[in-house]
Amino acid sequence: MKQWMLGIVFGLCAFPAQAAVNVFACEPEWAALVAELGGARVSVYAATTAQQDPHHIEARPSLIAKLRRADLLVCTGAGLEVGWLPVLLRQSANGRVQPGRPGYFMAAETVERLEVPTVADRALGDLHMEGNPHVHTDPRRLLRIAEALGERLVAVDAANGDHYRARLGDFRARWQQAMDDWSRQAAPLRGMRVISHHQDWVYLYDWLGLVEVARLEPKPGIPPSAAHLSSLTATLEAQPARMVLRTPYQDARPGQWLASRTGMQVVVLPYTVGGSPEAGDLFALFDDTVARLLEAAP
Amino acid sequence: MNRVINARLASVLGLFFTTAVSAQGSIISNAFNPAISLILDGRFASFENDAEGYELPGFMSGGEAGLGAEGFSVGHSELVFSANIDDQYYGQFTAAIADHGGETEVELEEAFIQTLGLGAGVTVKAGRFFSGIGYLNEQHMHAWDFADAPLVYRGLFGDQLRDDGVQVRWLAPTDVFLELGAEALRGERFPAGGAANDGKGAFAAFAKIGGDLGASHSWRLGLSHWRADVVDREAGGHSHGGAAEEHASFTGDSAVSGIDFVWKWAPGGNATEHSFKFQAEYFLRDEEGDVTVIAHGATDEGRYDGTQTGWYAQAVYQFMPRWRVGLRYDALEVDNDVDDAHVAEHAGLDAEGHTPERWSAMVDFANSEYSRLRLQFNRDESYADADNQVLLQYTMSLGAHGAHPF
Repeated sequence: MKQWMLGIVFGLCAFPAQAAVNVFACEPEWAALVAELGGARVSVYAATTAQQDPHHIEARPSLIAKLRRADLLVCTGAGLEVGWLPVLLRQSANGRVQPGRPGYFMAAETVERLEVPTVADRALGDLHMEGNPHVHTDPRRLLRIAEALGERLVAVDAANGDHYRARLGDFRARWQQAMDDWSRQAAPLRGMRVISHHQDWVYLYDWLGLVEVARLEPKPGIPPSAAHLSSLTATLEAQPARMVLRTPYQDARPGQWLASRTGMQVVVLPYTVGGSPEAGDLFALFDDTVARLLEAAP
Repeated sequence: MNRVINARLASVLGLFFTTAVSAQGSIISNAFNPAISLILDGRFASFENDAEGYELPGFMSGGEAGLGAEGFSVGHSELVFSANIDDQYYGQFTAAIADHGGETEVELEEAFIQTLGLGAGVTVKAGRFFSGIGYLNEQHMHAWDFADAPLVYRGLFGDQLRDDGVQVRWLAPTDVFLELGAEALRGERFPAGGAANDGKGAFAAFAKIGGDLGASHSWRLGLSHWRADVVDREAGGHSHGGAAEEHASFTGDSAVSGIDFVWKWAPGGNATEHSFKFQAEYFLRDEEGDVTVIAHGATDEGRYDGTQTGWYAQAVYQFMPRWRVGLRYDALEVDNDVDDAHVAEHAGLDAEGHTPERWSAMVDFANSEYSRLRLQFNRDESYADADNQVLLQYTMSLGAHGAHPF
């Protein structure tokens, strides 16, 4: 039995290495970014879709099998995947992507994070001690992550270093141009008051200057309750807001209920690549996000 | 004895609280400490029959087998420490603190190290761990969907199979999940016994295959086998109203084979609102050897050759955020051949012409990922007198966020 197993193991070691770098991306935004920076030299797998809540993913056998063969793991980090990624890492038997190795890249850890709690108390909800992990909703932070990820691709696949550096330079130029356009288009949104379902958009607000009045979740990670929603109607009478924002994977009902009582609009933002029919890549994601906000704005 | 345990308990808890306080000041100073979580578990149980009289006819019960206390009680409080040791190893330690017969006992539930990437898909685990056989066996009891173990786990493994030893797993480099594993074990704990062959008394092997069907469905199928040279395995769980002073022990060969299946569904893979989980496991145990019974001061021996099989199937549906309902059915079957009727009766190997079965229904509510309240009802026909059981349970975790396996 044991000899037979070892036979298979050594047989597999003899296989030639694959040409493309295998990348396991925890969320669609990182899969899209890897595709921008790696082009044909990478083969990228997105572990989740825009219709799934990245906080709550099953550590499925298929994900373990995919991570087993990855050369590079690209995730958000900052506690977003704490409920499933540690299990995948331990079961993947893949030393290349373990914490501390070049193949382990946590995007949120390369940028400044907001909402870093000063008190660790779960009575305040499901806090991320590393700060709010939803960093990709700010294109300025996304560019800094792209630069760190580009360097990491060079470290993992040094033979193709020039390829990644060239693509990063190209991406940077196009992204800066796009950011200028989005900022100009979104200028009327500055100071607009909004309500969010969860704390998904903190970085988007930071970028566009939106003002968050309240959240539908009474505490981070605790679903909206009837009591909390009723109390929000009172808050909104005193401090009206223009719209309720949610992601495609969040329950539609709490936002609709509140909107129907307060005259607000519910706006579903794509949140990540694939979150709307229009949001096919990172550029389209922000095009569509800004367009949807402008459409609902006064 | 008790004082020693209390001192140990105090030092373990002291360590926990010091870390928790320092964690408040700064997360950086805590970065190299192990992740610590404390599981609090308590329940209220109501049985129609006397819990002391519980038995599974035809099974020499051991381990944790039994119904537990009636009325209010705290279950297993677990203290879990885990961390990456360095870039090559991960370690985990679990102490279970529970009351047994009025005394607080600290039990070393798990203490293992595991490699993080030997290469070629191989993972080695060493120490004390839950065996990789079956589906439920590797999960902590507090992660189960019902408050008690399936009857087949209770009867064959004394709720859960864990042992000291080494486990080697190999994960295939394929898109379909395929994992093979083998374990060499000490074989001292129930359902083995005696740590035969100089402390290498038991062996286990398993194969698991799994994958996805679209974005909404995922599944895993497992095959497992466990065998042991058993020396003087005590049957602890059997009693006749708790009165008679008697001992039964088994020496011989024991082998268990099993098949397990789990299927999970969530619309588009998004379990925020609705999700469904179905699981079923079947085990067959073959035993052959000698049974010794000491009863009423007399010693009797008998030759025993038996087969016990059992299975359960359960379904759990999340019908709205935080709320789930579940249904489970259990059944066992016994075919034991003992050449001495007196030995068979006193060792608990006499099936008494009964086929154990049980229906269970539960509803649970999880306020957050860290807390769960559960109400469960069992129609328990483990033995001839059918019992109606009501269990009200809480399971809460403090500290580090646990990641749950599939």
